[in-house]
Amino acid sequence: MSDTTYARLDVLKTYKLYVGGKFPRSESGRVYEVTDAKGEWLANAPLGTRKDARDAVLAARAAVKGWSGTTAYNRGQVLYRVAEMLQGRREQFAAEVSAAEGIGPKKAAALVDAAIDRWIWYAGWTDKVAQIAGGANPVAGPFFNLSTPEPTGVVGIVAPQAGYGHSLLGLVSVIAPAIATGNTVVVAAAADAPLPALSLGEVLATSDVPGGVVNIISGRTADIAPTLASHQDVNALDLTGAIAADGPGAARALEAAAADTLKRVVRPELDPFAQDWTNAPGTDRLLSFLETKTVWHPMGI
Amino acid sequence: MAKKKNTEEPTAKPAGGLFAYAPAPESSAAAGDIATSYGHFIGGEFVDSSGSEALKTVNPATEQVLAEFAQGTDEDVDRAVAAARKAFADWSALPGSERGKYLFRIARIIQERSRELAVLESIDNGKPIRETRDFDIPTVAAWFFYYAGWADKLDYAGFGPNPRPLGVAGQVIPWNFPLMMLAWKIAPALATGNTVVLKPAETTPLTALRFAEICRQAGLPKGVVNIVTGDGRTGAALTAHPDVNKVAFTGSTPVGRAIAKQLAGSRKKLSLELGGKAANIVFDDAPIDQAVEGIVNGIFFNQGHVCCAGSRLLVQESIQDELLDALKRRMATLRVGDPLDKNTDIGAINSAAQLARITELTDAGEAEGAERWSPDCELPGTGFWFKPTLFTGVSQAHRIAQEEIFGPVLSVLTFRTPAEAVDKANNTPYGLSAGIWTEKGSRILWTASRLKAGVVWANTFNKFDPTSPFGGYKESGYGREGGRHGLEAYLDV
Repeated sequence: MSDTTYARLDVLKTYKLYVGGKFPRSESGRVYEVTDAKGEWLANAPLGTRKDARDAVLAARAAVKGWSGTTAYNRGQVLYRVAEMLQGRREQFAAEVSAAEGIGPKKAAALVDAAIDRWIWYAGWTDKVAQIAGGANPVAGPFFNLSTPEPTGVVGIVAPQAGYGHSLLGLVSVIAPAIATGNTVVVAAAADAPLPALSLGEVLATSDVPGGVVNIISGRTADIAPTLASHQDVNALDLTGAIAADGPGAARALEAAAADTLKRVVRPELDPFAQDWTNAPGTDRLLSFLETKTVWHPMGI
Repeated sequence: MAKKKNTEEPTAKPAGGLFAYAPAPESSAAAGDIATSYGHFIGGEFVDSSGSEALKTVNPATEQVLAEFAQGTDEDVDRAVAAARKAFADWSALPGSERGKYLFRIARIIQERSRELAVLESIDNGKPIRETRDFDIPTVAAWFFYYAGWADKLDYAGFGPNPRPLGVAGQVIPWNFPLMMLAWKIAPALATGNTVVLKPAETTPLTALRFAEICRQAGLPKGVVNIVTGDGRTGAALTAHPDVNKVAFTGSTPVGRAIAKQLAGSRKKLSLELGGKAANIVFDDAPIDQAVEGIVNGIFFNQGHVCCAGSRLLVQESIQDELLDALKRRMATLRVGDPLDKNTDIGAINSAAQLARITELTDAGEAEGAERWSPDCELPGTGFWFKPTLFTGVSQAHRIAQEEIFGPVLSVLTFRTPAEAVDKANNTPYGLSAGIWTEKGSRILWTASRLKAGVVWANTFNKFDPTSPFGGYKESGYGREGGRHGLEAYLDV
């Protein structure tokens, strides 16, 4: 029998970025303090830099060919696998969401459940989206004519930073639809609530999601988001979490930067703080990062 | 209204002895009355501009002035947007079936007046009457007819129940297909319940102004369609107007970029159809004669003033000589000259400015080391003309392989493997269209799936239809025009 006069010391986790399927520290070697809603210290998160964001874009680009080339059925199973892995770590995420959003454990657990279910929703969409977004076109001539949706490519995502459930459910609600259709993503995690995002990286790494398909960077939005907005090799930009009123991380500045390369841009809600991420997602985000390709061929003998 | 007489017809010697055709001119009088000067069409009336600046539109085949028209001022734009705003409440509240009937009427009147519109378009733009008669105007009517039918079926378009219009749409269109671009913009906007302010291009305003008359004949409620003329300044005032809810632009990538920047941070919805540098890929098993027709149609249709033109020919190395010999023989039979001659294949370049742009880029092609070839053909003495031109020995880095020339100029590159063809085809910031020529079905699908282009024509080229979505990847813009997809740009979804 051991002597138990002292309380056992917990093993804390070193939170790391998730880039190219690996868990690097920031190239800056720096971290910043993450606190709960009451200001209590939770952890140190990597202070991701512009260089980290550029590295992540490289990883995301490298992953496009393989991920967009998998069958829709296969992508659906991979997304379902994410739900399975998340289910197994429900308690851990409930604790992180509770701390991040300052809500009770029951509500936090319900939000994690909703996040798991959201993966399921999108897992089922992968092999159906082409049938609602594409189809045969009855042109006035002897031609076969078919429109099909294709992924846009690399999507930069400013993760939700406001609204009920933003830290995990909101995050899943922006990542899952983008990758369901074959895009790869670089996510600027919510600056004040990065821990559920960084932990999600660990779930993705064990879910058969190929490295580079999802890349997650924590740090200042004003550092990471402008790099994604102006990057030549990013095809689309989701500004859902660009809630700053002004400065380089504000939606207006990011959209203006994205215009240089004519990125497809999803703007933030009119009032991001009023957003309730438990609402049914619909198909808007699923259809936001798709290109319609129309192929013609003559009929004849 | 004083009528302009176009007595001076451009003359060109018909090419190819065997194919010497007698002149078959369409009458320019069929264009109907052209006023000496035009104001804007606002709130259902033709009104004078608040400013005094007037621009001139010329017949590019003769350099004769066809008419003067107003340079729209900020105040003019403001009035037009106000008229569209005023009309929006009633128009959007109208049952879709009634809105649709107005569009059906417009489609029918366009068909009735198609000869007039075809001639007017030809003399204002410089494009051959054969194309305006057989392609532009029929497509315009078809576009209105197609979207007319959507007006009362929007609940079934896949955007959820009762999708709402956006409000006032500000639309800016180019000069290459003036009335067709108008139709692509106005038909879906009106079908979905929006009202519009449209600015036609400053070299081709006449068919848009004639369309205003058609709106009146159709009894379209005042203010639902407003036409404001002018150059880029007027366009910028329209896209920047705070009471515009939707901006649709077709034109160059630099202007598209500027508009996207201008609209950053606003709630205005934006769709852009911009430049292109399409690859037309010919594999070694392609049917050569059909491919040659497709290449010619791809780059010389509409003088090459086509954003989706097949301006880069990618030919498999093993058939290069055979294909180019056949292509040159075919090019030698192209008839360049009077756009109103029904046998003309290639008409006038739209403007002196565009001719200068084409000349500058082709000079750069020669300076950079590509080899230039044109068939021996005589060009008319007046007007703006450019011989159909072929460049061989083109490298991917050459300006003529990278920049949009928007003229009858084809750059030829070669490849050895399908993978190399795809890499070269995609090696451009543009992504509007592409062509594939091969008899092997699996190779078509393999190639099509790898091309970053919104429209892929396999064993055909430059085909358009109102049911078929059109629009680009990458820096060729975003949003689609045509088909069910085309509704989205004008709905609050």
